[in-house]
Amino acid sequence: MSAQMNYLDGNAAAGELSKIFAIDVTSAEGQCAHCGAKKRFAEARLYMQCPGVVARCCACEHVLLRMVNVRQRVFLDMRGMTYVNLDAA
Amino acid sequence: MWRIGTVVDLRDETATARTITLQVPDWPGHLAGQHVDVRLTAADGYSAARSYSIASAPNTEGRVEITVEGLPNGEVSPYLTQQVASGDRLELRGPLGGWFVWRTEQTEPIQLIAGGSGIVPLMAMIRSRAASGSSAPFRLLYSVREPGAVFYRDELRKRSENEHSPTLTYAYTRITPKDWPRPPGRIGASLVAEAAWPSQLVPTCYVCGPTPFVESAAGFLSACGNGQDKIRTERFGPTGGRK
Repeated sequence: MSAQMNYLDGNAAAGELSKIFAIDVTSAEGQCAHCGAKKRFAEARLYMQCPGVVARCCACEHVLLRMVNVRQRVFLDMRGMTYVNLDAA
Repeated sequence: MWRIGTVVDLRDETATARTITLQVPDWPGHLAGQHVDVRLTAADGYSAARSYSIASAPNTEGRVEITVEGLPNGEVSPYLTQQVASGDRLELRGPLGGWFVWRTEQTEPIQLIAGGSGIVPLMAMIRSRAASGSSAPFRLLYSVREPGAVFYRDELRKRSENEHSPTLTYAYTRITPKDWPRPPGRIGASLVAEAAWPSQLVPTCYVCGPTPFVESAAGFLSACGNGQDKIRTERFGPTGGRK
């Protein structure tokens, strides 16, 4: 399998993200800080082969989110997204 | 938040795949297409979690079915397909994911494309359609290695005959049934164009399977004129992802 085919969809991070967020982030719309694309987080390319989770923009492949678990702590980097628009209903 | 589900039924779907029915007392309900994470913990505290799509229609009885394909070197799936017994308790987290879902309010034509065990969340949509009395027209294009690898074969046939939805098209990649009109092979642009709803009907498309399969199937749908915003995908991979 080629390196380009090693990714899943943002959907697959729903369980990990549910540890932190009370609202489902995967169905939320986010904007890529690099190219400005507005997409559902579920449409991002998700790489899970690493020690944590890396989500990349499905339009430009820029990193949107990084999340790493170390023992009982979670490191979360979301600077690749300008905003996340959540459904709080 | 991890919940405890009790195994109440086990059913073999194929030689390597099995459906596990769990009863989950505090289950909040789910939507067709959602998944759960299942966590196994060894005596020494080592634990491993994997995602599995829910196969059952939404229900209020706290019943959750997953169908698991056993992977030869898997950490979790061999236990679930070979060792788990009725009465066992499993830890699960979910329901998860609110994007790759079909809601009973949707009335537009629905195009489902499954690659192998990617049929599981699509089956939840088919079952949800039937259970809710929806008349949304469904089509299913199901790519599978060989006839023996088809999940839910009898149920799909009956639903297709009795409810006329989904309209079923099988695409066999390695071995076909006897006298099958198409030689074995991967799905191609012409098969998708022939079996899927015309894009003029603006169907919502759900594609689930291994990453390369989803990549090509979504590409064919797009080439047929379906907008990116109408194609929802769920990929699974060899580790960590959906099995």
